[in-house]
Amino acid sequence: MKRLLSALVLALAAAPPAAAEQPLVADLSEHLVRITMGFEGAELLLFGAVEGDGHVVVLVHGPLETLTVRRKARTAGIWMNRDEMTFEDVPAFYQVMATAQPGAWLPDAVRERHQIGVAHLELPPARDPRRAIDPAAAEAFRDALIRRKQELGHYGAAVGSVKMLSARLFRSDVAFPTNVPTGRYTVEVLLVRDGEVISAQSTPLQVSKIGVLAEIFDFAHNYAALYGLFAIVFAVLAGLGANAAFRKV
Amino acid sequence: MHVYLPIAEISMNILVLLGLGAGVGMMSGIFGVGGGFLMTPLLIFLGVPAPVAVGTEANQIVASSVSGALAHFRRRNVDLKMGLVLLIGGLIGSTFGVSLFKFLSQLGQIDVVIRLAYVVFLGIIGALMAYESVKSIWRTRKPGAGRHKLHEHRWFHGLPFKMRFRRSKLYISALLPLAVGALVGLLAALMGVGGGFIMVPAMIYVLGMPTSVVIGTSLFQIVFVTANVTFLQAYQNQTVDLLLGLFLIVGGVVGAQVGTRLGAKLPGERMRFLLAAMVIGVCGKMLVDLVAVPDDVFSLALVGGH
Repeated sequence: MKRLLSALVLALAAAPPAAAEQPLVADLSEHLVRITMGFEGAELLLFGAVEGDGHVVVLVHGPLETLTVRRKARTAGIWMNRDEMTFEDVPAFYQVMATAQPGAWLPDAVRERHQIGVAHLELPPARDPRRAIDPAAAEAFRDALIRRKQELGHYGAAVGSVKMLSARLFRSDVAFPTNVPTGRYTVEVLLVRDGEVISAQSTPLQVSKIGVLAEIFDFAHNYAALYGLFAIVFAVLAGLGANAAFRKV
Repeated sequence: MHVYLPIAEISMNILVLLGLGAGVGMMSGIFGVGGGFLMTPLLIFLGVPAPVAVGTEANQIVASSVSGALAHFRRRNVDLKMGLVLLIGGLIGSTFGVSLFKFLSQLGQIDVVIRLAYVVFLGIIGALMAYESVKSIWRTRKPGAGRHKLHEHRWFHGLPFKMRFRRSKLYISALLPLAVGALVGLLAALMGVGGGFIMVPAMIYVLGMPTSVVIGTSLFQIVFVTANVTFLQAYQNQTVDLLLGLFLIVGGVVGAQVGTRLGAKLPGERMRFLLAAMVIGVCGKMLVDLVAVPDDVFSLALVGGH
């Protein structure tokens, strides 16, 4: 990572003047997060350079999913799910990082437009909900979705940091927990100056199961019947094999 | 050392998984039970999604009961005819159970139904076992007490479709073992258990089978019913995790061998009381989960996933 960064510094220093006109350049150290058998989370390096002053905001958006939020209520002495609300196009993963904690430099209109911060995240309710939910309750379900996602580590509980290494260079560590959802991500980098986004760049990122894990997963999903039979044969052989092995001991 | 499980989609410590397999395997070796009623709740407690815990545990039970079933079969302790009738019921019950499981998951009620099933069935069985073992510990202290009738005539002995089961020396309605098999199959699919803890008492007290063929016949049908659950969970819901199963099976078969040797040295009556205490313990935990105020009344469920 260090080497990568110094290479970047050299590249930027040697960059022709034409490139300097671009107010924002950013990239990730890698565009693929590999979930292998020993996966214990991953950390990527986001780095880049800005032209002139301003604040850098980084938004990490996971793939979109449909989520049902359920609320338990006591029924005949037992806590069971009663009400529910379904949200569509919910980012499975969402993190915000910035060179400074959001303040006056980041007007609400900008936060709204670019979905900066969980309060401004678009979480559209399902178009065809099975049961209608009144707006006050809907707010509670939305809050619960964000809270539970934060507990899972999928949504950042706070705004992470982007470090300015010099007047031009910045870097940030983008962390993914072990339970990171798989799919296609986008990392959006914004340059905010005078309360306006003056430049933006987005970089794709893929989070995928790799190797044996991917093969087991694909086998289970693409050849489900064969997988089921294989699981049974495997269990039978394991059971008989272990028994035979121990009888000799 | 952690391993990422491809279907459960969580990372778990390998030693925890092996230890869990060995621990539950040892219990099952000592007590002669399958151990599903311990393993499935423990897996869910450790964060494995309930459908994956149930599907994978069914797969593990196939491994842990197949060698026992074969051993009993060789010693002719299996009533094949009875086993087949129970099995037909079991296949119907478990096939229905897997579909019911999916339906309840979509409604968001599967967790509460799993817990209720544990509370009801473990509660009944645990209470019966505790009562029996206390009574027999009492009896060994006061010799010469108590003998009960060998056979009682109940209403279900008047049902139609009578069938002769020579090995069990029974002439009873086929509907009876069919219903017992179906109920146990349903529970196997919903609770992630083999169902031996219900099957065995049902065979003795409801069907009136001789104890010599009860264990073998029960294991015989458990192998096929859990194989059916494994297949259907894998085929319909993709909830069988081969890697999770591998670690549980490896730990389980080793633990079971140790447990069998250990169990032979321990006094039977007290062992049964211990088992009863464990069954009631799991039942109590499930009951607390059902009635205690949850930390968060809200939960998330991925639509189209598990």
